[in-house]
Amino acid sequence: MKKVFVAAVTGIGLVVLMAAQTKPTQTKPGQTKPVPNNAGNKQTGISKKSLADGKKVYDTYCLACHQADGGGVPRLNPPLQKTEYVLGDKKRLITIVLNGMTEEVEIDGELYENNMSAHNFLSDQQVADVLTYVRNSFTNKASAVTPAEVKAVRSKLK
Amino acid sequence: MNAILKILPVALLLSVQVFASDSTRVKKRTVKEENGGITLPKGFKAVVVADNLGTVRHIVAQSNGDIYAKLDRVKNGKGILRLRDTNKDGVADEIIGWGDYSGTGITIKNGYLYASSNTDVYRYKLDEKGNVIDTGKAENIITALINRRTHNTKSIVLDNDGNIYVNIGAPSNACQLTDRTIGSPSSDPCPLLDSTGGIWQFKADQLKQSYHNGIKYATGIRNVVGLDWNQTTNQLYAMQHGRDMLNTLFPDMYNEDQSAELPAEEFLRISKGDNYGWPYCYYDQFQSKKILAPEYGGDGKKQGRCEGVNTPIYAFPGHWAPNALLFYTGNQFPEKYKNGAFIAFHGSWNRAPRPQTGYFVVFLPMKNGMPDGQYEIFADGFAGEKIDPKNARFRPCGLAQGPDGSLYISDDKKGRIWKVTYGNK
Ligand code: HEC
Repeated sequence: MKKVFVAAVTGIGLVVLMAAQTKPTQTKPGQTKPVPNNAGNKQTGISKKSLADGKKVYDTYCLACHQADGGGVPRLNPPLQKTEYVLGDKKRLITIVLNGMTEEVEIDGELYENNMSAHNFLSDQQVADVLTYVRNSFTNKASAVTPAEVKAVRSKLK
Repeated sequence: MNAILKILPVALLLSVQVFASDSTRVKKRTVKEENGGITLPKGFKAVVVADNLGTVRHIVAQSNGDIYAKLDRVKNGKGILRLRDTNKDGVADEIIGWGDYSGTGITIKNGYLYASSNTDVYRYKLDEKGNVIDTGKAENIITALINRRTHNTKSIVLDNDGNIYVNIGAPSNACQLTDRTIGSPSSDPCPLLDSTGGIWQFKADQLKQSYHNGIKYATGIRNVVGLDWNQTTNQLYAMQHGRDMLNTLFPDMYNEDQSAELPAEEFLRISKGDNYGWPYCYYDQFQSKKILAPEYGGDGKKQGRCEGVNTPIYAFPGHWAPNALLFYTGNQFPEKYKNGAFIAFHGSWNRAPRPQTGYFVVFLPMKNGMPDGQYEIFADGFAGEKIDPKNARFRPCGLAQGPDGSLYISDDKKGRIWKVTYGNK
């Protein structure tokens, strides 16, 4: 009987502990995340038009899965809120949008089951706009993505 | 957010205490929230059996009242939990766990507990008192089923003749070469149907079975999470998750409103050899027929090759995500519930940008194995104030019937389990 209780105690304790540990990493402000160093000072890189056009692309092609607030769907489609991918290396980010994503990878400590569509039919401008929009929405703040950066990544993928 | 961060360590301490010694504390905590936070029809009430268990998928009740739960994510090395209510107040006061594999399926039949990972099915022998004799001794009855992330969960149910049925979901939305991608063509015939997109039948008592000795019992079923064996008709029934993204992929054919409702989530009454048409066809609940999918030349109206395929016995609105099906055979609930179907919907995500819905458990009256009237929402309020997948408080995922006819409901977001009773029970 005692044994059973001990097992229950550790079991529940750990379950709660793990919940306490995984939760914050998904939503906590990204103090520990790799925020690009030019995030704050290069405001000129983010134009209103780019954000507005980016939102249109997002609503048409991304919203269905990542949801209107970028919150995603637990264990199915990841959030776009301060994740290491959204705020991190732009080449990796552009590649994800162009190629889609079907590999099992941990995204801020959680695994997701759905496949992400490829979007190589979008123009360099559209990809730049949508990523600039994503990197400056849903509580994110990061530098703009330019069509030239998209073009450079696209040419290497072919 | 910060407030939650501060509260969590306190919650941790509380729950440790609760399960360590003081079972009255469990009671006090749960009655604070009426019916454990959900709403029920008049005369019904609910207590929280256990909380914060993790990602509880399917559940099953044992004849001695124990509840077994399968976790979608192993916690602390445990993927199966047994909840026991020793003082019979409805609240679990003993919880043990084992089985270091993630998964969805769990069921009991003829002295064995069956549980599935996303590739395999295991079983454990039970003694006369209903205890698992050796939790370390899992018999691996089915192995190496396809798991390519999407639709990888394996739901299980047994018939009365020594067979077990396993859903093998298609790892795809509509069999496109690049999944869910605009302009990517769909294969014809769809090669995924060889080893997925259907329900397979195996022997319940043979070790290490796989595709070579299983029978493809029914095909053309995109993905199923909820299935059950109907004792009235002695037949397999299942709830299909219909395809997604009609508007995103074919904006000229389907507007956002149509895409939020279409296609139907299909309630299937399955006979051996049935073909429900995925990926070539989907069921349109407004036109009441199978329609040719746009990937295969459809225009939203044409039937084409879908004319002869098997149809559902009932159609629910799209994207609600039916994750559990249970035929109620108990005597506790009022007469109208007898042999009817409870269906736990996980709640939608692919209705966006339209408001999300479907975070509830419905009841569909049945007679002689067929629907007898329209569904009604039985248990609601799981999502709480913000009804979307990220902010929903709970998402219904599993159903079980207790030996006294109580209905258990599980949630895979936080891991709450409710016991629903009627009258003075
Ligand atoms: C069909 C659903 C779907 C669509 C449409 C979709 N995504 Fe994704 N996205 C996913 C899934 C699923 C993953 C994770 C894939 C994995 O784990 O391999 C993902 C991953 C990502 C990631 C990296 C992980 C993260 O959360 O930071 C980014 C960034 C991203 N998507 C952005 C976009 C953008 C921008 C669009 C629109 C151009 C888009 N996605 C469209 C489903 C989708």
